[in-house]
Amino acid sequence: MKFGVVVFPGSNCDRDMVHVLKNVMGCEVRTIFHKETSLEGFSRLDCIILPGGFSYGDYLRTGAIARFSPIMEAVIEFANNGGRVFGICNGFQILCEAGLLPGALLRNTNMKYNCKNVFLKPQTKESQLTRFVDTNKALKIPIAHGDGRYYCDADTLKTLQKNDQILFRYCDANGKITETANPNGSIENIAGICNVGRNVFGMMPHPERASELDLGNTDGRILFESLINKVLETA
Amino acid sequence: MNFRAEIDIMPHKELLDPQGKAVAHGLHNLSFDGVQDVRVGRHISIKLSAKDKSEATQQVEDACKKLLANAIMEGYSFELIEE
Repeated sequence: MKFGVVVFPGSNCDRDMVHVLKNVMGCEVRTIFHKETSLEGFSRLDCIILPGGFSYGDYLRTGAIARFSPIMEAVIEFANNGGRVFGICNGFQILCEAGLLPGALLRNTNMKYNCKNVFLKPQTKESQLTRFVDTNKALKIPIAHGDGRYYCDADTLKTLQKNDQILFRYCDANGKITETANPNGSIENIAGICNVGRNVFGMMPHPERASELDLGNTDGRILFESLINKVLETA
Repeated sequence: MNFRAEIDIMPHKELLDPQGKAVAHGLHNLSFDGVQDVRVGRHISIKLSAKDKSEATQQVEDACKKLLANAIMEGYSFELIEE
C-alpha cells in the first residue's frame, strides 16, 4: 500500500508526515498538491492523509476554506468508495467541515493554544487505525492546537457511542479519563473518531511527532503500524 | 440590481463561547460592572448582484449554508440592502 499526503496552503506537518511514513515506516509516499483534481494511481488499499497546519490561515473557521480546495472532491469520492482517509489536527478539522466526519472542532475552552504532550486512551481495536493498540494502556502523544474542542449534538454523540466510532479519549498518565486530563474541553474527552464506514479517521493529537526514538517518544508509531498492518521489528 | 448583505454569524446559545467569556472578563476589569454576558461572533458584508431581491436572498442563504456558517456550531441572520 502507499500513502498520499495532501499539501494545502498553510499545511505545516506535511513534511514530518512524509518523513515518518517514508523513513520510519518504509512506505511509498506521494505528496499531493491541493490544486490537483484527481487521485489517479491510488487504490482502495492506499491511504490519503490530511496533515496538520493552518490551511488558509484558519480564515473564517479552521478547515472551512480547505474543504473546498480542488483536491477535496476527489478525496471525498475516494472516502465514499471505501478508501482510507486520515486527518490529523487541521486535517481532522477539514474532514469535519467536509462532512466526512460528524461534529466540529471549536475554540479550546481555556482560550489557549495548547502545545504539550497529552495522554490518550484508545477506545477500540475495531478500526484499521487502532487494531494493534492496547486499550488498557495510555498513549503519550503531543497536541498543538487552539481549536480542538470536539463538539457534536446529543444525537450524534449517541450514534458515535452506539457504533463504536470513538477512537481516543484524553486521559491522565494512568489511563483515567478525567476532566482535568481534558486539554481543550472536548465533549466526553473525545480526541479522535472514525466514520460509520470505519475508513475515515480524525484525531487532534500528532502521532507523527511521536514515532521515533530520536525524538524520545514512539507511542504514536502503533497507529501507523496499524494502518499498514505490520509491526516494525525495531523498538 | 445591486445589493449589500450584512450577515451576522453567532455561536449557538447552548455552546460555551470562551472568546466572549474572556471579553466579559476584560470589561469587568475595566469596571463595566453592569456587563452580564458577552458573546462574540462574526460580521460579514457582501456586495452582490441579482435580478431581484428574492434571488439575492437565495444567494446569501446558500452562501451562509454552504460556507459562511457551520450549522453545527453557529447560526446566522442577515439584512439585505438594495444599493
